[in-house]
Amino acid sequence: MSKALVIGTSFGGLEALKTIIPSLPEDFNIPVLVVLHIGDHNNDSFINYLNSISKLKVKEAEEKDEILAGYVYFAPPNYHMLIDDDASISFSADPKVHHSRPSIDVLFESAAWSLKDGIIGLILTGLNQDGAHGLKTIKNYGGTAIVENPENAVASIMPKAALAETEVDFVLELDEIGAKIIELSKQF
Amino acid sequence: MEQNKSSNIDNIDIEIPLFLEAVYQKYSYDFRDYSKAHVKRRLMHRMSVGHFSSVSQMQEKVLRDKDFFIDLLEDLSINVTEMFRDPDFYKSFRENVVPTLKTYPFIKIWHAGCSTGEEVYSLAILLQEEGLLDRCQVYATDFNRKVLEIAKHGIYQTQELEKFQRNYTKSGGKGQLSDYYTLKYGSIKFDQSLSKRVVFADHNLVTDHVFAEVNLILCRNVLIYFNRELQNKVINLFHESLVHSGHLCLGSKESLRFTQHEHSFSDIDAKQKIFKKRIG
Repeated sequence: MSKALVIGTSFGGLEALKTIIPSLPEDFNIPVLVVLHIGDHNNDSFINYLNSISKLKVKEAEEKDEILAGYVYFAPPNYHMLIDDDASISFSADPKVHHSRPSIDVLFESAAWSLKDGIIGLILTGLNQDGAHGLKTIKNYGGTAIVENPENAVASIMPKAALAETEVDFVLELDEIGAKIIELSKQF
Repeated sequence: MEQNKSSNIDNIDIEIPLFLEAVYQKYSYDFRDYSKAHVKRRLMHRMSVGHFSSVSQMQEKVLRDKDFFIDLLEDLSINVTEMFRDPDFYKSFRENVVPTLKTYPFIKIWHAGCSTGEEVYSLAILLQEEGLLDRCQVYATDFNRKVLEIAKHGIYQTQELEKFQRNYTKSGGKGQLSDYYTLKYGSIKFDQSLSKRVVFADHNLVTDHVFAEVNLILCRNVLIYFNRELQNKVINLFHESLVHSGHLCLGSKESLRFTQHEHSFSDIDAKQKIFKKRIG
């Protein structure tokens, strides 16, 4: 069964991701998928920058990509990103969820459906409730849930909403998250 | 097998293929090769709206209740669209495809998966502005008859009108979008002259065959919902339907990768997903 780390964030997410993604080592053994709310704008320059400061390869996901360790896949603007049963990426142009497309809930739920307990879900800083339901689904399927401490997050709404809906495994400061993920991934 | 919640989870993965098989055998609509994650999302939504406890329970209903099937068809069809969606695509189309179209005495166009028709009217406006519409025959198809009715009437709500106007301008539109519609009772109705060269018809990409030889095919944001096998099958259908050097336009995140026709087309605009069928 495949494994993955899925990350959801909105406002403040650029900075948060700049802390976490470059802290992951070259041999990090599970693929990483990210939904960052960014409106209709494209992510290209951020993705390129993040790629240049990271040991993992950071790219915009492409339809039917098989998810692989060593890569960080960003959902493209204006499409939901889903993980299919064969651990490949699907897109959908379905209506927005929590005013968002891509939506964190859509990624997290499909990740749990397809990869069951092989998922680590991470909610970072953000300004709406997207992701709370998805994180709960990850927990229900036996996965691991991590939330950034809302007290110190740039925007507390998203982590707070996640904590209100789910009994999570870890509430951590931004700079503690990378080490915890690496530790957890070693169990896989 | 452990008796825990995971045995329950496995059930739905057994039930969904059976459900899709039942729908296919009973109603001849084939969703068996749609992306599984997508289908699961839509069916879970219907389950929760309809208060079903399982997909099996829903299967019992769909086999015996045609109206329920019609609702389900709505859930499984793809009906998100807008006027001049992805304006950069239309801009590139004007620059890179229109000059070729102008060399044809008569142009046959297939707009596959046209949904409620906003993108068909967008295309008709563009062709009109380029002086081509009178030389065109457009086949706009979808498997969902309900959306085809909406498309035929060309009447739309005004709530997204500002966005449509913005898209139109960004796409290289030569006038105002309001040149092409009348505003009445809070709705807009597109000028009938735009659809006089359009035939709206029921066609299912999954189960139906080639119906015409065409110069241009547009099929945007439909293939993303299909698995690789079905994508391949539909691209074959398009390849067979196109004349030599005919154009194929896909959605901005779609590609020919993983299909047997990956090398049968050349890129006209790789970013906007405009391709041209190679000769031979």
